[in-house]
Amino acid sequence: MSEPFEPKIVAFVCTYCTYAGADLAGTSRLKYAPNVRIVRLPCTGRISPMFILKALQKGADGVLVSGCHPGDCHFTHGNYHARRRWMVFRALLDFTGISPERVIFSWISAAEGSKFADLINSVTEDIRKLGPFDQYQQLIKETESPATL
Amino acid sequence: MAKIGVFICHCGENIAAKVDCTKLAAAMGEHPGVEVSVEYKYFCSDPGQESVKKAIRENNLTGIVIAACSPRMHEATFRKACAEAGLNPYLCEIANIREQCSWVHTDGDMATAKAADIVRSMVEKVKRNNILQPIEVPVTRRALVIGGGIAGLQAALDIANAGQEVVLVEREPSLGGHMAQLSETFPTLDCSQCIMTPRMVETAQHPNIRLLTYAEIESVDGYIGNFKVRVRMKARYVDMNACTGCGDCITKCPVKKISSEFDCGLGKRTAIYTPFAQSVPNMPVIDKASCIYFKNGKCKTCQKSCELNAINFEMQDEFIDLEIGAIVVATGFQVQNTALYGEYGYGKFPDVITGLQFERLASASGPTAGRILRPSDGKEPENVVFIQCAGSRDPSKGVRYCSKICCMYTAKHAMLYAHKVHDGKTHIFYMDIRAAGKGYDEFTRRAIEEDEASYVRGRVSKLWQENGKLMVRGVDTLLGKPVTVAADMVVLATAMVPQPNAKEFAKTIGIAYDEYGFYNEAHLKLRPVESSTAGVFLAGACQSPKDIPDSVAQASATASKVLALFSKEKLEREPVIAVNNEATCAGCWGCVLACPYNAIEKKDIRDRSGKLVKQVAYVNPGLCQGCGTCVSFCRSNSLDLAGFTEKQIFAEVMGL
Repeated sequence: MSEPFEPKIVAFVCTYCTYAGADLAGTSRLKYAPNVRIVRLPCTGRISPMFILKALQKGADGVLVSGCHPGDCHFTHGNYHARRRWMVFRALLDFTGISPERVIFSWISAAEGSKFADLINSVTEDIRKLGPFDQYQQLIKETESPATL
Repeated sequence: MAKIGVFICHCGENIAAKVDCTKLAAAMGEHPGVEVSVEYKYFCSDPGQESVKKAIRENNLTGIVIAACSPRMHEATFRKACAEAGLNPYLCEIANIREQCSWVHTDGDMATAKAADIVRSMVEKVKRNNILQPIEVPVTRRALVIGGGIAGLQAALDIANAGQEVVLVEREPSLGGHMAQLSETFPTLDCSQCIMTPRMVETAQHPNIRLLTYAEIESVDGYIGNFKVRVRMKARYVDMNACTGCGDCITKCPVKKISSEFDCGLGKRTAIYTPFAQSVPNMPVIDKASCIYFKNGKCKTCQKSCELNAINFEMQDEFIDLEIGAIVVATGFQVQNTALYGEYGYGKFPDVITGLQFERLASASGPTAGRILRPSDGKEPENVVFIQCAGSRDPSKGVRYCSKICCMYTAKHAMLYAHKVHDGKTHIFYMDIRAAGKGYDEFTRRAIEEDEASYVRGRVSKLWQENGKLMVRGVDTLLGKPVTVAADMVVLATAMVPQPNAKEFAKTIGIAYDEYGFYNEAHLKLRPVESSTAGVFLAGACQSPKDIPDSVAQASATASKVLALFSKEKLEREPVIAVNNEATCAGCWGCVLACPYNAIEKKDIRDRSGKLVKQVAYVNPGLCQGCGTCVSFCRSNSLDLAGFTEKQIFAEVMGL
């Protein structure tokens, strides 16, 4: 038996809600899967689809985008922009042959530490079931031109 | 060449217990561009900070990464240390390996691997950080206090007495809030109105306070020092400049049987009314929903009775726009809806009342002029049962917290009842007696020892009517036996819950709230009166259940915060703002549409002869709040966000 596959998940979160929620999970000493790496941004509105692609290219098996609940955005409506962008981007992902299930969108407020922990656990499990994401890696190997910044 | 310093904090055992800091420091030392990589027990301590400063100076570091707690804790601390060592403070980044790593993972190896990823990605980011300068913004020296209860009054008076302008906005027709409804206050049993009403008058007459009653906050824009607030003045239908508060209109009003909100439904009021006799301002409002004129176009009795022609049925809601520097939120609480407790028969049996209703019965200005009488038949009850924690500490009713004041006010109610009905009996069902506070435990002991309140430790399971009595079935857990008490009146110590519109209101002013709707403080222990939004402060029960002394203390604390803010000519703001590259900007104006703050304007680019070459976007640094929505929108990649540039974020992702 081989060891269970440990996926790598990159989370793009806003600093006001989800990052604070993740901090709350910490101060509440909740335990969750160690597979997620958080990138802090001022607002989900700042998240460009390019970040998500870059993360997948760099070897992430899944990407999580999470911000304030609708109506709660610190910047009034950055999260709505993120949601609209996400709707378009999701279709594009599907079109390019990348399973949209690898990119998860969620709302987590600063008060929802336990929701954050639960989400990380469930996302980790879901991505584990999907298996490693190696489409990019194969492409890179085939063309033998390592992607640099 | 980048020369980055990595400082890995043990945080005592908090990080070091899970993350192998020595291994981590050694690994980071190998990372390209890292000049120094060290570990220490507490970098936030004085010697810790000194060692960071020393390392910056000795190695001429071009950036530092502090791997420690959340940036929400100590980013400011280490930025300051950077500045003191001569390094631009914005060349410091925090790698959060405590809240988001050591505290949440059980496997040491995995936590160490994750910590390495986090630190590496921050090193890659900080390599690309730019030197930034804080933005200076002016401060409008005028405070807005929202809520005219005891907390709001205290905050307004403290700020005004220090010589600063205050605008106090109250939703109801009068100041006073919940405290004005109370009879006596614990632990001194001094009359609530006797200590409250002078404060109300002082506030209304204060030269530095502008009072806006029967008014609501419509919108809040802007940021610390520079808020723009729109207030809706609800139509009173009474001209406040003409009215003298004589009350002729109130006595003449033919609609007399409207349930009084102030008396919690135990008393009646008219359609044109002041909430209570000592209202400030003492000028009536017309309750449009109950007024005959507004229903069928006839009546106008009040207008005819008014010799000053103060009544104007044509009045409309008006809007007032205010420039505000700081906001104190003191919006208070409400009593939980007792309909949740079907088993206690509230609403079904008229003699089951809430604690607040008991206050009105006991109050000299209340519907019974201070006599404790049953709402059903107006008789004096001989046996009163008090049920504590009716709602509080009960997850099944959605309230897990303790409402804090109920143990004390129930003891007070038992005393007031004993003082008024000398041969009356009281039974108090309780879970625990929580009487922490100056003079509080002595007070509950007095209720038991001098006023013979009988405390029964246990919950009440059922309440029913039998032969004109309210039968209360509970359990005495100390005896391990069920008990049944035949009562004439039952008082529920209902939970304190947030105002019904607390969450929507938080969204209007842009502050965070918890799962219940109480407003979140910036830090529970160290910044308890600041909200998550700079320039907005919290006082009183809108933050958590509180008694009067705590509310007043917190209100005074907000005043000191506001005054500290107003002591400065200019404020420094984070330089996280969008910047446009005018050379590549195509002028598509997508960013103008995306910006939530209207911070992006069109700017003309002209050649030397003054001929218009093109129009580009210009980000007004005073208005930009730094969300970055425009940056992701920009089709030509011309916009970028200082502190979170495309380069920085890509590098961060590549480092993971």
